[in-house]
Amino acid sequence: MVRVNLLLLAVLVACALSLVTSRHQARQLFVELEREQALARAYEVEHGQLELEQSTWAMPGRIEKIAREQLKMQLPAPGRVHVLDGVGR
Amino acid sequence: MSLASTLRGASPPRTPWLRAPILFSALIGLFALLVARALYLQWIDNEFLQEQGSSRYSRDVEIPAHRGRILDRFGEPLAISTPVKAFWAWPDQVVATPGQLQALAAVLDLEPRVLAARLAAGGDFVYLKRAVAPEVAARVTALGIKGLHDDDEYRRYYPGGEVMSHVLGFTGDHDIGQEGIELAQQSWLGGAPGSRRVIINRRGEAVEDVANIRSPREGRDLALSIDSRLQYLAYRELKAAIEANQAKAGGLVILDTRTGEILALANLPSYNPNNRNHVARERMRNRALTDIFEPGSTLKPFTIAAALDAGKVDPSTVIDTAPGTLSIGPATIHDAHREGALTVEQVIQKSSNVGAAKIALSLPAETMWDTLSGAGFGTPPKTGFPGEVSGRLRPAKSWRPIEQATIAFGHGIAVNLVQLARAYGIFATEGELKPVTLFKEAGPVAGPPVIKPATARAVRHMLEMVTLPGGTAPKAHVPGYRVAGKTGTAHKLEGGIYVNKYVSSFVGFAPVSNPRLIIAVMIDEPGGSQYYGGSVAAPVFSNVMGAALRLLGVPTDAPISQPQLPADSGDVREET
Repeated sequence: MVRVNLLLLAVLVACALSLVTSRHQARQLFVELEREQALARAYEVEHGQLELEQSTWAMPGRIEKIAREQLKMQLPAPGRVHVLDGVGR
Repeated sequence: MSLASTLRGASPPRTPWLRAPILFSALIGLFALLVARALYLQWIDNEFLQEQGSSRYSRDVEIPAHRGRILDRFGEPLAISTPVKAFWAWPDQVVATPGQLQALAAVLDLEPRVLAARLAAGGDFVYLKRAVAPEVAARVTALGIKGLHDDDEYRRYYPGGEVMSHVLGFTGDHDIGQEGIELAQQSWLGGAPGSRRVIINRRGEAVEDVANIRSPREGRDLALSIDSRLQYLAYRELKAAIEANQAKAGGLVILDTRTGEILALANLPSYNPNNRNHVARERMRNRALTDIFEPGSTLKPFTIAAALDAGKVDPSTVIDTAPGTLSIGPATIHDAHREGALTVEQVIQKSSNVGAAKIALSLPAETMWDTLSGAGFGTPPKTGFPGEVSGRLRPAKSWRPIEQATIAFGHGIAVNLVQLARAYGIFATEGELKPVTLFKEAGPVAGPPVIKPATARAVRHMLEMVTLPGGTAPKAHVPGYRVAGKTGTAHKLEGGIYVNKYVSSFVGFAPVSNPRLIIAVMIDEPGGSQYYGGSVAAPVFSNVMGAALRLLGVPTDAPISQPQLPADSGDVREET
């Protein structure tokens, strides 16, 4: 009888200790999750800012200005345009 | 005598009567009091202590939710919210050295005087600066000034600036829509921040989720029908035309004939929504939807369509417009140029007021009203834009003959530019009036038939003649494409009297063989020597239409050649 009780006591202690460790682990993982989520939010914000930057750089007005002034591009006059009929060979 | 013997000898001292029971019951009573208090605190008045307790280990954390983006039809962002900081303080709690204040002013890009004035304002809450970029905010926090607080906020940015401003509108405080689409779609775009309770450890980190108090609702993205390339093109050409003609204002709308989507909607004067301090309300109006004007001759095709549909005339019926005037009661209608006998086709091509009035008067007023109303005049276009107007189309019963005659060429009726562009859809399709929308559609949309397909084709042919040599708008010609359209040059009404100020317009579509785009151009009060729709608005149409069709890769349906313009006489035959 005493043996069984001792055995049960040992099991109980083991259970209690494992509860403590798993609890601790859960908290640590949660902290990590929080950190990753904060990081994800920060990346999302950065993504938005980059998108904003990209579309600001890509505004047609700016592209046209660069094409005309820096690259000296121009629209061809109607007489210099040839239309290829869409029939492939 | 020893102490022991003394004790032994004396009789034990007698406790006073009742001492023990009294003390005993007093102790029990006090103990009961303690128990009662404990029970009271535990079960009845437990709020305060629970709060105090939980405040030591748990915390409510806000879960931010951002406002949805507005995108163009290809997913290009047109409006994005990004987090910023707002710095505020109660001035009397700010503890800072003069050096710190100087540094703060420099970082926040404020005049030191302005900063000092804000902090001297007394005990009230003041914002020192709002919408501070996160990098700048980090530098401010690094200064370590006591009593300076910051709040998280969102600020909305519009990369398109003034090009898109009238369609998008803008947001105000707390990123809530105030104008335009931002206002109309507030409930779709807006997010609601959530909140949750967590357990924190001694370092202040959250270690466990306890409860979700409120789930956050993220704002949703919204795809508009706008094509930002066409929008820019429309804005650029309209701006150039308004400057060249010293006009007061103008508008330009591009519609897709197959879906009724608004691909571009430009207005001038405009404003930059990213920096709108001191912008007059006047400039913020989306004139193409919220302002009405008398369209003038751009309405004639609807009169002709009503007569063709009713079988009163056919395209080759001859109308005598001599001597170029028509008297109805005390009023007289004039043609800008005297023509003699004109066919119905030529009435459109030469834009004869007398011809249009005569055709209108041969019709019952109801028939004309049915066609005009069927084309969407007099009812709001329902684009989903706040503040759009319905225009003015009085019921047919109240029309006097002179009114019926003037409505035939677009006076006595008022429309907005989007309505006018949409109505031309009945000629660009087989007589269908498509719904018009600012939001992206998945595919072609059907609309109710308004006129017979044969009528639509006949009017389309007449409208093409307008842009060919001999018409009022050869300048609307687009190399490589067959185009159709109609000019308008309407006198403006001021205080009930027609004055010598004009609204020049052109509405048309292309390519005629399979129409893809409808473009309506309106120039308000051109101040130069030119004011005819054919010389002010038609070139804008031509430039925008040509570039737009090329951008969209629409196959050409005419040889590319120089337009055969007659030598520019500056005398484009015109009308009202």
